[in-house]
Amino acid sequence: MAKFGKKKKGTPGISTASLPDIVFMLLFFFMVTTVMRETSLKIQQPVLPKATEVKKLEKKSLVSYIYVGKAKDGSPGDLIQLNDRISKVSDVPAFIFEERRKRTQKDIPLMTTSIKADMDANVGTITDIKIELRDVNALKLNYSTRKGSALDNIKN
Amino acid sequence: MARRDTPEINAGSMADIAFLLLIFFLVTTTMDVDTGISRKLPEKQPEDVVPPVLKEKNVFEVNVNRRNEILVEGDQYMKVEDLREAAINFIDNGGGSAADMASQDLSVCSWCEGAKDPASSDHPKKAIISLQSDRGTSYATYISVQNELVGAYTVLRNRYSNKKYGKDFDRLNYEQQKDIKINIYPQIISEAEPTK
Repeated sequence: MAKFGKKKKGTPGISTASLPDIVFMLLFFFMVTTVMRETSLKIQQPVLPKATEVKKLEKKSLVSYIYVGKAKDGSPGDLIQLNDRISKVSDVPAFIFEERRKRTQKDIPLMTTSIKADMDANVGTITDIKIELRDVNALKLNYSTRKGSALDNIKN
Repeated sequence: MARRDTPEINAGSMADIAFLLLIFFLVTTTMDVDTGISRKLPEKQPEDVVPPVLKEKNVFEVNVNRRNEILVEGDQYMKVEDLREAAINFIDNGGGSAADMASQDLSVCSWCEGAKDPASSDHPKKAIISLQSDRGTSYATYISVQNELVGAYTVLRNRYSNKKYGKDFDRLNYEQQKDIKINIYPQIISEAEPTK
């Protein structure tokens, strides 16, 4: 019986050697899927309105963003940010041409302009941008919104 | 020489390091939610273009003033929550008579379930929603109105596709969606220049 007595050992521990691999896999997944914001906002972070009839923007590489919001110091009036500087409405065509130059010819008709405007912005500012966009034939437009009931937009 | 096993490097903390990196990336990256209402701008028209003549009854006029109040058809003050219903009634009216429709190469709207009121729109393909806002209108109201108008079309398209194919519009294949988008309930929302 001495033979059997010798065999007595603790239960073998579960190997955790592959745990780093699992975690690294997760890490890479998040690193690849998340998009770092390329531009820092020079205006106040726009509070996007809510809407229900939303569509997801496909092909993020073909989207150009126009930000509309208030100045950081809170002074009234809408500011427009293109790339990383505050611009005027008349700079919009140049911005669109610059964006087009970065893409191949066949992608140009698929390009979308996304307007990220603050809830308190004026329709006049948006219209001015739209007229500029129409003049340079950038017709695909997306009003960036959050998901939610559109009725929440209206303050009572 | 005495042979000794080289001691293994303890890899137990590797997981901790990886976790630390993982958490760092989780915290620092911002997932941009890129959803929104998609619209297509009209192409620039030549200066001398003559606007097509439209029948008054085929146009659903929505005005939003600078105090964010909504006026429908020139005489009805309306709240945003009622707008969708009103737009559905208008688009889905299908009031055109057979003879009238035949002269415009259309047949009577057989899928419409509206009131068939002769004073409202003839056919979904003829029904135009005209949206005019003021420069001072707030963007939030503007988006809400757009949302409700687009929503009206979504409701109608879903109703039709559920009846015909037994599933929602979004789940149809490309051809079926295209057919509905062009022949059944085309989305005709026209935006006028805002008032100053």
